Amino acid sequence: MLEVFVFSTLNGLVTGLLLFMLASGLTLIFSMMGVLNFAHASFYMLGAYFAYSISLKLGFWTGLFVAPLLVGTFGALVERYALRRVHAHGHVAELVFTFGLAFLIEEAVQFFWGADTKNYQSPDLLNFPLFTLFGQEFSAYRGFMITISVGIFLALYYVLTRSRIGIIIQAAITHPHTVANLGHNVPLIFMAVFGVGTALAGVAGVIAGPVLTTFPGMAVVLGSIVFVIVVIGGLGSLGGAFVASLMIGLLQSYAIASNLGMPDLLNLLGLEFSRDHPLNDLWTLTLPQIAPVLPFLLLVLVLIFRPTGLAGKREE
Amino acid sequence: MGKFAAWVGYLIVLLGLPQLFDSVLAITILNQMAIAIVFALSYNMLLGQGGMLSFGHAVYFGLGGFMAVHALIMIEFETVYFSITLIPLVGGLIGLVAAIFVGSFSTHKAGTVFAMISLGIGELVAASSLIFVSFFGGEAGVSADRTFGPPFFGIEFFQDVEIYYLSAGWVFVATVFMYLFTQTPAGRMANAVRDNPERAEFIGYSARRVRFISFCTSGFFAGVAGGLFALNYEFITEENLNAVTSGRVLLMAYIGGLGYFIGPIIGAVVLTLMNSLLSNYTELWMLYLGIMFVLTVLFLPRGFAGFIMIHQTAWLRGKLSSLFLPYLITGMPAIMFGGSILAAIEMLHHDGEPFGFLFITLDSGNTLHWLALTAVAAASYYACWRSLGQLNAAWEEANGVGDPTERGPG
Repeated sequence: MLEVFVFSTLNGLVTGLLLFMLASGLTLIFSMMGVLNFAHASFYMLGAYFAYSISLKLGFWTGLFVAPLLVGTFGALVERYALRRVHAHGHVAELVFTFGLAFLIEEAVQFFWGADTKNYQSPDLLNFPLFTLFGQEFSAYRGFMITISVGIFLALYYVLTRSRIGIIIQAAITHPHTVANLGHNVPLIFMAVFGVGTALAGVAGVIAGPVLTTFPGMAVVLGSIVFVIVVIGGLGSLGGAFVASLMIGLLQSYAIASNLGMPDLLNLLGLEFSRDHPLNDLWTLTLPQIAPVLPFLLLVLVLIFRPTGLAGKREE
Repeated sequence: MGKFAAWVGYLIVLLGLPQLFDSVLAITILNQMAIAIVFALSYNMLLGQGGMLSFGHAVYFGLGGFMAVHALIMIEFETVYFSITLIPLVGGLIGLVAAIFVGSFSTHKAGTVFAMISLGIGELVAASSLIFVSFFGGEAGVSADRTFGPPFFGIEFFQDVEIYYLSAGWVFVATVFMYLFTQTPAGRMANAVRDNPERAEFIGYSARRVRFISFCTSGFFAGVAGGLFALNYEFITEENLNAVTSGRVLLMAYIGGLGYFIGPIIGAVVLTLMNSLLSNYTELWMLYLGIMFVLTVLFLPRGFAGFIMIHQTAWLRGKLSSLFLPYLITGMPAIMFGGSILAAIEMLHHDGEPFGFLFITLDSGNTLHWLALTAVAAASYYACWRSLGQLNAAWEEANGVGDPTERGPG
């Protein structure tokens, strides 16, 4: 029991931190432009595919640095030449545009790389067990993922709250006109933040590709979960997104590892239903079965009872 | 009288199409169009008229469809006894019930909150449909046979064309009712709440209740579309209520043109045609669909219907014909440029093997072909770019821009 708990905690941490890397960029972009970027997970997928192609020629480590740069540049171009244009038509148009972009990127990935799963491998350097606990190995690569994610969180936190650039960005989010009057190029700041946000998604893709497999559906798998996190954490709150990422990561990991379900609950209540009961599917439900749905259940509940999320500000 | 004539024309087109196109493929496509038109119109009621962006509209379509298939099964086993012509109504009622339930908590805010709830509900229902196998049939879905019901004036609906006429009837009735809805106070208030909920509340309307009414009506018509789907295909799977279907209806309504009643009809027709015809010619039609969608959002924010409507001023001034030649001069190289881009994409796709493109055969292994393609693309791009000036001038002339004797329509 303890070993299941420890390992699902570790796995939940890895997933949660990975999700945070996506959620942090999405949160930054949301607080800046006031729109949720539906294509965010697509940039994550592009990161994985770029890194895969680069790793074939130049190895994993080059990919780790070059792929996020490429993704970030692409993201900045999208902001400059497309989003800014659509912005004039309002938030719905922006949301619909990012939705279309996500669709287009998925098709483009299938066009350039094919529909099959790519054999994107973690580097040999990290192919050893970091430690062995209860007879199970914890791979060094997962440790590496945790390190990178925590590093990015700390760096982001430091830059945003302690550096001059961070202060300008924060001011540009809340008071764009004042910042522009002080002589800063606000559109350029927006473009840069969009680029950095998508580059962060790219990093997540590079390091998640070998573990979560690199295939054209990888954006869809994570896309809506990241949305859930950003909403649960409170739109625009980086700290809230961090807590929500870990929460969702752990929740899913525990739900998958547990073997509890409705039968146990019914036993506890002393109830029993025959197998041909019309709601038999409900009475035999188990937690691992509903694990993928849990985040969405949480999303709907949060939106109904606390639409501002965990750390969101009260709406005016 | 103009409106009445338009409706009669609509009915004649709906009923006349299978006379013009009577092949098996054409009837299949027409049936798909009928379903898509009702579905897209119901979506426009939410987004176009009510300002509620939904990412889970397929839920009401799918639930209606599933219940309709179960109703067909019940007719088959004689648990219930009614004509299958009423099946879309069953779908509609289920869509309505589901919308009343979801709308009771999701409509108090529009915007991002509503969009996110719709996304969450969509994912929840899609995932539950795979868990509750006895009702949804798991991955395989559920199927039925529509021919067991009591005959409708001697018609037993063995053939697709008979289903088409039934669908056409339902499409017409549904379109009329959805149009009439936009004319009711509830429909007018939906527009007001979309544009400025605060003001609407000040005149004494509850924005939430107005949204709720639109939402439920929209859910009803989505369910009707689901019922039509069930009648036409006689089976339904999880795919019909998941995010893919929700995304497709958003695409249709947006490409057609939000805010215009006729927009979603155009979108439904165009996308169904692309879906069924283009997929015969190329494996990449989904990629083209994505490109078209993104370009539409970028350059035609009001969709195809919006593009048609911006010519109203020129038409009223009697100068529409003066735009024909300038459009041709810019349009020809633009089409050439688009075609050469398509050819390049197809050449990359057919790596190394020759294939037929329109009237010519292209081979990506042939350097000459690449050079010719680049030359055509560059020349047509230049010609298109050079011709923009005359198009702009003609446009301003036709619309009376810069003419001091003219007064714009306000």
